[in-house]
Amino acid sequence: MNDLFNSFMTGPDEKGRFGIFGGRFVSETLMPLILELEEQYERAKTDDSFWAEMEFLWKHYVGRPSPLYFAERLTEHLGGAKVYMKRDELNHTGAHKINNVLGQIILARRMGKTRIIAETGAGQHGVATATVCAKFGLKCVVYMGAHDVERQQPNVFRMKLLGAEVVPVTSGRGTLKDAMNDALRDWVTNVRDTFYCIGTVAGPHPYPAMVRDFQSIIGKEAKEQMLEAEGRLPDTIIAAIGGGSNAMGLFYPFLDDKEVEIIGVEAGGKGVNAKMEHCASLTGGRPGVLHGNRTYLLQDDDGQILEGYSISAGLDYPGIGPEHSWLHDIGRAQYVAITDKEALEAFQLCCATEGIIPALEPSHALAHVMKIAPDLPKDHIICMNMCGRGDKDIYSVARHLGIDMGEEGR
Amino acid sequence: MTRIDAKFAALRETGTKAFVAYVMAGDPDLDTSLQLVKGLPDAGVDIIELGLPFTDPMADGTTIQLAGQRALEGGMTLDRTLDMVRRFREGDDTTPIVMMGYYNPIYSRGVDRFLEQAKEAGIDGLIIVDLPPEEDEELCIPAQAAGLNFIRLATPTTDDKRLPKVLQNTSGFVYYVSITGITGAAEAQATDVGPEVARIKAATDLPVIVGFGIKTPDASESIASVADGCVVGSAIVSELASGKPVSEVLNFVKTLADGAHRA
Repeated sequence: MNDLFNSFMTGPDEKGRFGIFGGRFVSETLMPLILELEEQYERAKTDDSFWAEMEFLWKHYVGRPSPLYFAERLTEHLGGAKVYMKRDELNHTGAHKINNVLGQIILARRMGKTRIIAETGAGQHGVATATVCAKFGLKCVVYMGAHDVERQQPNVFRMKLLGAEVVPVTSGRGTLKDAMNDALRDWVTNVRDTFYCIGTVAGPHPYPAMVRDFQSIIGKEAKEQMLEAEGRLPDTIIAAIGGGSNAMGLFYPFLDDKEVEIIGVEAGGKGVNAKMEHCASLTGGRPGVLHGNRTYLLQDDDGQILEGYSISAGLDYPGIGPEHSWLHDIGRAQYVAITDKEALEAFQLCCATEGIIPALEPSHALAHVMKIAPDLPKDHIICMNMCGRGDKDIYSVARHLGIDMGEEGR
Repeated sequence: MTRIDAKFAALRETGTKAFVAYVMAGDPDLDTSLQLVKGLPDAGVDIIELGLPFTDPMADGTTIQLAGQRALEGGMTLDRTLDMVRRFREGDDTTPIVMMGYYNPIYSRGVDRFLEQAKEAGIDGLIIVDLPPEEDEELCIPAQAAGLNFIRLATPTTDDKRLPKVLQNTSGFVYYVSITGITGAAEAQATDVGPEVARIKAATDLPVIVGFGIKTPDASESIASVADGCVVGSAIVSELASGKPVSEVLNFVKTLADGAHRA
């Protein structure tokens, strides 16, 4: 039984804090907007008609519930723990991102907002936002680092087909963090009609909690499905982390099930080293304040933010959601780093043994499964979040494997 | 009484509006930047707003973003910014200096240590863009306790209900942001700004200074005429960025200051 007074699920507090993390570090212009959002979200949260609309669209538009799949050949190959995959890559648009986008857009419509802005790295959140905006006939502007626009052309074209305006961001170094800066600059300029649809469990309160709540459908389903399949909860749950929304979505419903081990996998890039060629904020960063919240950040001694590096554009962010920082500090979840090389191996193994082309993001989670499963007993159950499909990544994987795909692979 | 309070008391006596100039510390390098800052009081600047460079300036437009990048690329740090203030203070003990920037470099240093160093270097006030009243315990309250003014931004989205909260722990002056937007963007209009300043003045005895979107001597005059003064930043920073020598930039600053002082 859960002890109410010792629950890990009560955060954030009224100041939007998870322990010392989170908060509302935004300019005064945005503060009233964030307070309004919080009020409206609190109202929607307890409104049955809001959730009825979500559930209808999750079912008929997104294709939920996503299956919980026993990866039999992978399990045999690893020779230890039983590996289950939560198949969120089968969602419409190919990733978990749309779970959250639907929630925020329904909320935006209730608030009478007519223009939606979003930031995107790999383009998955941008595509999900453009998709839902097309469905509801809303104007959509997506900020994307110029560098990412260059390396994610298929997603850029998808967003344009869906009617979104894609703004290449050249400020800073033109990556995801700069895209978020420019989205915030847009929001501060267009305060009346614009809703900022953040793609991960970061940003000022209430975003980390709100995005987590929308993504928690992943963990809620996984729990029910696992009870049905195995008659018990998994022993270990594992998910990849950039900002950390798919992970928070899987982890949250399990936080008070203390027998369930929770592991988050950060992008170790070329190795968590002094040259900072990685995106492992918890493993290689320290607490700081950026993009509206206090959390672990990659930064130099003077508090200047560093660019991360990862083979996966979706994990390429120098911060992490504040709730993860808290779970890390109190020890409820464990966080590890996986290198590009290990993720690429997992990517290929998954293709070959399961007939599933995973995105590079969950390939990091899978790589950690590959590390630990062989040494675990055969009745140990692991559930990993297959949060995205890898179609978008085949070009960069080919490049890393030294395969020339010609014009198309550019 | 801080240098800021003393400055406003003196301006009030002569019925003069305040002219505040923003420059980025270390843009394009420490020596040029120090030379510019040292020349500001003679160019008619009443209060100096010194930008602390940060990699992710979310409230700033391109001009100030690039200035921050130049400064960081030139090796500017918090320590060097403080050192610049110390060197300015060797020759000027009256012109107030307000440090404007973002919280992370300060948080990274440690709030208590930063406040001690800032005070010792000769900084009089702080404007930290990403610290709204909801986060007052972070820096605002410790700064006031350490004898530094904490200057708050009020904006067009700060409605009457919220205004008292914004004013509550503010000291020195109130910085009214004339537009919803980033620095160096849309032009501020005196007809829009006037009633807003009046609304704020009805709720506080502190001077109200207007910034964002003021680019010319005429704008400086017209905005200052409906407030207690005005701030110009991006327009000065762009003059410097265009490669003009410091003396020419200071001439431009003088025309802006004269504008405000005519008001």
